[in-house]
Amino acid sequence: MKVELRGVTKRFPGVVANRDVNLTVSGGEVVALLGENGAGKSTLMNVLFGLYEATEGEIYIDDQKAEFSSPADAIAAGIGMVHQHFMLIPVFNVIENVMLGLEETKGMGRLDEDKASERLLSLSREHGLQVEPYAVIEDLPVGVQQRVEILKALYRNADCLILDEPTAVLTPDEIRDLIGVIQSLKDAGKAIIFISHKLKEVLEIADQIVVLRRGEVVGTTTPSETNEQELATMMVGRDVQLEVSKTPSEPGTAVLRVTDMHVRDDREVKVVNGVSFEVKAKEILAIAGVQGNGQTQLIEALTGLRKVESGNVTLGDEDVTGASPATLFKMDVAHIPEDRQADGMIGAFSIADNLVLNTYRERPFSKGILTDRSAIQRSATKLIEDFDIRTPSARSPASTLSGGNQQKMIVAREFTHAQRLLIASQPTRGLDVGSIQYIHARIVAQRDEGAGVLLVSSELDEIMALADRIAVMCAGEIVGVLDRADATREKVGRLMAGVRDEAPRPPSPPVAEGEGS
Amino acid sequence: MLVPTLALVAALFVGALVIIFTDPETLRAWASFTANPGRALSLSWDAASEAYIALFRGSFGSRYALSETLVNTTPLLLAGLSVGLAFRAGLFNIGGEGQILAGFIGSVMVGFSFDSLPAIIHVPFALLTGAVFGAAWGFIPGFLKAKTGAHEVISTIMLNFIMLNVVLWVLKTEFFLRIGRNDPISKSVNESAELPKIAGEGLRVHLGIMVALAVAWLMWWILFRTTIGFRFRSVGANPKAAAYAGMSVAGTYIFAMMMAGALTGLAGATQMLGIKKFLSPGFSGFGFDAIALALLGKSHPGGIVLASILFGALRAGALTMQASTSTPIDIIVVIQALIIAFVAAPTLVRAIFRVKLRRSERETEGVLAKTWGS
Repeated sequence: MKVELRGVTKRFPGVVANRDVNLTVSGGEVVALLGENGAGKSTLMNVLFGLYEATEGEIYIDDQKAEFSSPADAIAAGIGMVHQHFMLIPVFNVIENVMLGLEETKGMGRLDEDKASERLLSLSREHGLQVEPYAVIEDLPVGVQQRVEILKALYRNADCLILDEPTAVLTPDEIRDLIGVIQSLKDAGKAIIFISHKLKEVLEIADQIVVLRRGEVVGTTTPSETNEQELATMMVGRDVQLEVSKTPSEPGTAVLRVTDMHVRDDREVKVVNGVSFEVKAKEILAIAGVQGNGQTQLIEALTGLRKVESGNVTLGDEDVTGASPATLFKMDVAHIPEDRQADGMIGAFSIADNLVLNTYRERPFSKGILTDRSAIQRSATKLIEDFDIRTPSARSPASTLSGGNQQKMIVAREFTHAQRLLIASQPTRGLDVGSIQYIHARIVAQRDEGAGVLLVSSELDEIMALADRIAVMCAGEIVGVLDRADATREKVGRLMAGVRDEAPRPPSPPVAEGEGS
Repeated sequence: MLVPTLALVAALFVGALVIIFTDPETLRAWASFTANPGRALSLSWDAASEAYIALFRGSFGSRYALSETLVNTTPLLLAGLSVGLAFRAGLFNIGGEGQILAGFIGSVMVGFSFDSLPAIIHVPFALLTGAVFGAAWGFIPGFLKAKTGAHEVISTIMLNFIMLNVVLWVLKTEFFLRIGRNDPISKSVNESAELPKIAGEGLRVHLGIMVALAVAWLMWWILFRTTIGFRFRSVGANPKAAAYAGMSVAGTYIFAMMMAGALTGLAGATQMLGIKKFLSPGFSGFGFDAIALALLGKSHPGGIVLASILFGALRAGALTMQASTSTPIDIIVVIQALIIAFVAAPTLVRAIFRVKLRRSERETEGVLAKTWGS
């Protein structure tokens, strides 16, 4: 099978999302579509998948012109898409999800699950995609859910698979599995389009790399002809430093000390089980771990957004267990929340208003109960310039900013205050190379100015780039603490998957285990 | 502004169709449409235009009509502001009726209890008591939501019916019951507590409209110029982000419901002291319209002022329409319902009139939609 996009342009009112894009992928080939967020990768694929209609240009399947007015047409033509956010029904089992819309029946509308399951299992054997057909989706790990999505596409006889940022949600081990699956699909003659903004995996998986910038193809290359640095430059359009330059840390006294913390999630399930650690001034302690191992709830409990079941938190000499966000703010704790759109900002408010979300009651932004709008505006204009937030105006709604600029806005708000402790949760999730580099440099700068930094990340690259010490969290516990110097990607990756060191540690590590660093 | 205006146009158009097809004579003309198409069309035009002209005459056509429009606008405006304020803080206040009744009780009680107070003290005192009673009634659902997470839609609806029965109960007490009467009717407010007429004795329009307009301005000022309003709007637009930024979401819910209750209580008080003069059983009839007003006015004080003048005019004009044409008064209810239906379905209105969605409009829609989701 050969899929070809010829001269595709997609215009939205006021924006050109794709301009004259040519792209060809043949059976048995992996084409990586590389680009920053907002470069137009997803738009292009939505055109191919029939979700959008191209303003100009054509799609050819095996040199035949094709017209897709809906995903149903694209699926019928043999194109399958695995979206970044899975389109599965959580309470259905694997078979039900796979056969949804294509139900096998045995007369009178009765479902024939056995027949479907037979076909599913043969597909799964063929491509090494192990799944349990009767398992319910919501009980499955994310990596397995993704396999179900791939199977769903194969079940519909897809010959061309579009994988939209498939590695964003996976652990290092799961990524390895996925690469194996992609290899097997390729060997079976499928055409694969792999969307990503991560350079390492693109170099590893792709046969051909197509780089998009601002909706245009800026280069086509192969892994053997290029390297990370060159790809990054192509993607961003200027030279970027991939690694932040950072001097060894000179840790001071402990700023934050967490002792035997227990926290429950919204369903009253205990998700943090006796976690202890400390963060010193002038060091970055990174909590590594696959998403959903209690990091989110741990940080929420530390920042006063969730109840602490038991345990102790001290900031300097003061007990701040269960302190409110306002109290912590007054004690110079800054917090970059994990979900910037849900927690960090109010999309409908202007950028200026968002920048004073935690200081609106202080001078000069208000006097008594009266807000001073011109002071708010003035400060916003300055911060927009200082932090290079790209926006037409401080009055624009925050929701109009790109992800990277939203994050810069939050960083601007949090970093303009004196800081003892900075808590940063997934500070660069979903951001492009340029923004990541910028945010990383700012975090290191905060450390160098004397703040203790608690970084939570599920990106191994980010952990390795920033951390002075690494605490790995798995299933609600800290399963190991490593000095950056002793940490390798393999070691951290193993710990993230829950494999402990040869010398087993007790489930609740003793207090102040970071003393040695 | 655009969508509500277009919704009004669409509603008047559909309303005209209803008028045409409920008029027996016009219907007969349509039955013989093929024989005489001109007659069917001209009768239809006459039926609809006469009804609407009468409606307009009855609402803006004379000093009396204008006075009646404002009389109807006053409580609608205050109650609409209450719902709008709650909306802004992310709360759906369906408790207007209950809070109005609380305002009735508070104001009538002060109104008939003192007979030697000068009006300058008596009127504000009675109004204030009504507002305080309303605030107290609003505090309950706010507190329940903040402390237990009980959804305010449920609790405010329930509290409406509780208050309905509280009214029946107070009307059994000797303190309230009119002397010499056994049926549930309270003593009348004293003259010193009545809201003064502002356009002469013959016209019913009273000082309440001034109070309501001043409160509308005050609400705008609080929402958009003070730290309290900033907090309200933050909690309403994104409670999670507000909590993260250190605002007390629970406290804001309680405070916002109390303020909303105070406004509806005040609506009840102006109606009591300006028009009603005594307490009797039953709902006031404008607490539910207030929800529609807030929706129509996009929870903006200016929008709510315009929306309540519109609804006030519809109510005032309805009587004239019924008296001078054969159109039943219920048609007004149909038109009001149509306006709301069209406002609630902005996509439909846009499709009809082929207008694009502007970003600023998307926000307020989000706020309204969100109150249901919580």
